[in-house]
This record gives sequence, structure tokens and C-alpha cells, in this order.
Amino acid sequence: MAFTETKTKSDPDAPAPVEKDRLRKLLAQSERPAAPSAWAAARTFGWRSMLKIKHVPEQLSDILVFPILMLLMFTYLFGGAIAGGTGDYLQFLLPGIMVMSIAMTTMYTGMSVNIDIQKGVTDRFRTLPIWRAAPMVGYLLADVFRYAAAGVIMFGTGMVMGYRPAGGADGVLLGIALLLVFAFSFSWLWTWLGVITRSEKTVMSISMSIMFPMTFLSNVMVDPSTMPGWLQPIVKNTPISQLVDGVRGLFDGNVQSGAVTTTLIWCAGFIAVFGFLTVRAYNRK
Amino acid sequence: MTNRDTAIRAEGLVKHFKDIKAVDGVDLTVPAGTVYGVLGPNGAGKTTTVRMLATLLRPDAGTASVFGHDITTDAAAVRTQVSLTGQYASLDEDLTGVENLVLLSRLYGYAKPAARSRAEDLLDAFGLSYAAGKQVKSYSGGMRRRLDIAASIIITPKLLFLDEPTTGLDPRSRNQVWEVVRTIVGEGTTVLLTTQYLEEADQLAGRIAVIDTGKVIAEGTPGELKSSVGAGSIRLRLHHSDQREHAQRVLAEALGADVELDDDPVALTALLKPGEDTATQGSHALGELARAGILVDDFSLGQPSLDEVFLALTDRVDA
Repeated sequence: MAFTETKTKSDPDAPAPVEKDRLRKLLAQSERPAAPSAWAAARTFGWRSMLKIKHVPEQLSDILVFPILMLLMFTYLFGGAIAGGTGDYLQFLLPGIMVMSIAMTTMYTGMSVNIDIQKGVTDRFRTLPIWRAAPMVGYLLADVFRYAAAGVIMFGTGMVMGYRPAGGADGVLLGIALLLVFAFSFSWLWTWLGVITRSEKTVMSISMSIMFPMTFLSNVMVDPSTMPGWLQPIVKNTPISQLVDGVRGLFDGNVQSGAVTTTLIWCAGFIAVFGFLTVRAYNRK
Repeated sequence: MTNRDTAIRAEGLVKHFKDIKAVDGVDLTVPAGTVYGVLGPNGAGKTTTVRMLATLLRPDAGTASVFGHDITTDAAAVRTQVSLTGQYASLDEDLTGVENLVLLSRLYGYAKPAARSRAEDLLDAFGLSYAAGKQVKSYSGGMRRRLDIAASIIITPKLLFLDEPTTGLDPRSRNQVWEVVRTIVGEGTTVLLTTQYLEEADQLAGRIAVIDTGKVIAEGTPGELKSSVGAGSIRLRLHHSDQREHAQRVLAEALGADVELDDDPVALTALLKPGEDTATQGSHALGELARAGILVDDFSLGQPSLDEVFLALTDRVDA
């Protein structure tokens, strides 16, 4: 009882007293709404991530500035050396560098998952009677929004630099859509890592050691036919290369349905394998 | 007891982390509608036990049920009955207080407007509305703890786990948390509370299990635990220090028990005989002292404190 009298006007940090009568009334309302559907729960988690972007906008700028730097750097620093001119090289590079930058920023998802677990927020979510994969799908929904923003900004910057898509608006939209589907699917690898590793630093270092070879051993920067013969079949068949072929084809109006199909199969595989592993590890944590 | 009046029944719960046995065969029976205290030093296995009961960890061995639902085979049903306020506030620090509660209300299935009003009502009741729009990052320890408890009662749970709810709080915030716990229990929710503080267990809990190194080493009401260690003692401060040895002889004869001289030259402590009424022995001792002409300035008569119980049970200086 004494605590209600300890409230003083002079101390602005003093917490207001707990109002027991109101608390009792709230406790007595025990009617329970029906549990949210899987999709509603996932959307709510997506809303949470969007709020985090609102409160911590720096995280968005990281993801937007990095791709633009990549685009400028590779076009103007290496363009001349690789393709003998920046204009032609940009025409080749843009779809690939979009894939590379966005694929690399997917790593942040694993770190967010891990930080939530470290901080204990996840404990609360796990005692809720909701679809077990909802928190993960929620992260990814907001991330897809960020990737879309990054994609649009990179593409716009490319246009300013002189890029012209022969595939027209339809081709570009389909290309970006394919890229987003891939980013969503591939991210399940990171959510899994985020759940099973001990710290965000571990997540980061493992992600880097996967991402660097994966994006550089590809057709993003150079045509694989310039590589040694033994390396070519490997490089041509990585999921990143297939995705780049798909996106580049759509942008250029020269659709490679084989590459698009292969990419979609990879996507289904990533979701099936790492989605399963993520949810299993999350439940057993 | 039937399922209806037993909130938790745990038998032989075991959990290992690598080669450390965090929980090594814990049995608990928690009656519904009460505060049950789980008391133990750091690293005793309190948090691990709570996490298993709240379905956050799978036990390596043993079984437990919450209101009759098995925690491993029927975890989803358990989750509809319980909520957990963890040792570290499980809130999203980047979001504001109201956003945290709206988020969780939505996840419990409230539609947007209902979630909003539930969140605002809770903030009001917990005296936090003035900070509703501030990021949780900026909250003090006591505010976080209250917001965390508010989040746990968005849906009134049948069983609330509070894992060290007052660790690190200042006395005022601690008292507020105690008031909240009493109010929640008053409305029929069972509370399982872990704590390192004996005073807290004594204040709130109807029954206490003392845990050390992963095992329950004692269980009972606070009174039972106290009397298991000894019957209590009478502590005296005399007016004249030169009467102390005389007083010691008188007391030893009157009570038939050990009388210890304290460091303080006017103080002495007599242990009471177990099994006999404390008050009778106390009055008798004072009467004998008066008859012997020994002047007493101050005296206290009582059961051993839970601190003494705890130290006797755990036999550890760091507790």
C-alpha cells in the first residue's frame, strides 16, 4: 500500500502507481478471441518489422546505400578493364549486380532472428498459440519489402547511369519479382542459421563465408566462358548464376525459360529444406 | 488432487546442457490458485525448470503436466493456459510500449481496434500510459518489468510463470511488482514465481520449493520450512554487561537449552526447544530473568528467518 504514497511530482522518472482496481477489471475479462490465422499472424510479425524500420531507419539506409555503392564501384572501376567500356558493361552488369547486392543483404535476416532469440523476445512469441513459422515469415515479408525498395533504387540508379532494358516494363517487373521470390526463399537458410547459432557474430561470419564464394563464383561480373573449362560447369549451375540468367533474360527481353524454371525449383528446394530445418530447430530451442 | 486443483505436477524433470546437469530430477506439485515460490541461488536450475514447464525447452527425462495437459505431447494446449514473464524482459526494445502490447494482442487474435484498446487499458492499469509512445529502450528496469507482466496478462492466463520478477529492481518497483502479483492471484490465476530472495518468497508464496544444484532440497509452507531448521530463538540485550554470565546460567536452566553469547557484550541468544510453544518458553525465560534481578533492555522472540533456513539447507556461503 505504501507505494501509492511514494509518488512525487518532483521526480519525473518516478513510475506512476499500479491501479489495482483497473487491473482487477482487466483480469476479470477472460473472454478469449479466436487465435489468429497463420497468415494473420505472419502479417502481424511483418508489421512489427516495418515498425522497426520506422523506429530505426538506419537499417534501411545500410541496405539501400550498399547496393548503390556496388553498382557504381563495379561499373566505373572495373567496367573499363572487364568490358572495355562502362556503358556496355553496365548493360551486362546491372541485372547481376542487383542479384548480388540483394542476395548479400538477405544475410541480415539471420542476424535479426538471432538477436531476437538472444534478447528473449522469441521466448514470448514461442509461448503464444500461433503458427510456429509465423515469426519467420513475418521477418521475411518485411525483408521482401526492403529488397523491393533496394531493387527499385538500384534499377533507377542504373537508368540514370544509362541502362536501357530491352525487355520493357513487363520484363523488368517480372525480373524483379523473380529476384524477390529467390530472396524470400533463400533467406530460410539464414533464419535456420540464426536459430541454431550462438551469437549474431557467428551468424555473420558463417553467412559471409557462404555468400562470398556463392556470389563471386557466378556470372554476375563476367561471362563464365572466360573461365577455365573445369570451372565453367560449376559456375553456370549455381543457383545465383541461374537466377542471374533468368533476371538478365527478362530484363533483356530474351527470356531464358530454362533458367527461370531452374531458379524456381531452387526456390522450392530452399523453402522445403531450410524452412523445415528452421521451424524444427525453433521448436526445439 | 484432481487436475482442477493442481496447476502443475512434475515428476523427475531432467535437463542437461552438454555435460552440465542443469535440472537433475525435479518433482513439483503446485496447487491451483496460489503463489508457489521456487527459491534457489543463481544457477540452481530455476529458470531451466520454468522454461520446461512453459514448453520452451523439452525435458531430457521426466514428465510434467499443466492443468492435466502434458508439456511435451500436448504443448499446444499448455500454451493456451500459461504465460511467461522471463528473467530478461521479453519485449521488443525498438518498439514503443503501446506497440509491444498491440503486437502481442494481435497475435492473441484481437482485431486491430480491440488490440489497441486492450493495450491502452493495460498501460493505464500498470501506470505506464505516460510512457506509451516511448521506445522500450528508454524504460527503466521497473517499467520494463511491469510492461512485461502486462504483456503476460493480455489474455488472463490460468498459470503465470514469473522468473525472478524483481531481480535488479529498486525497492519501490519491487513493491509494485509484489502488489501486481497479489492482485493477479486474487483474481484466480496461479503464479509460479522463482526468486533468489527469501523475503520475496516469504511475502508472496503460500508454498515454497527450495532448489539447489538442480534438485528440490526442501518443500513446504514458509512456516514449515522455518520450523524444519529449529524452533527459533530468543535474543536479549541486557542493561548491564556484567549481568550477562548470570543471565546465561538462568536461561540455560529455565529453557534447558544452549545459550550463546553474542559479539555484542550485552547481547545473548537462547535457542528454544523444538516442539514446545515458542511463546510459553519466551515468557517463562523473561519471568526467570526478572526474578533473578536481571534488567533487560530489548528482546526479540521468533522463528528462524528463511535466510537461516536457506543457508542451513544449501550450506553455501554465496547464497
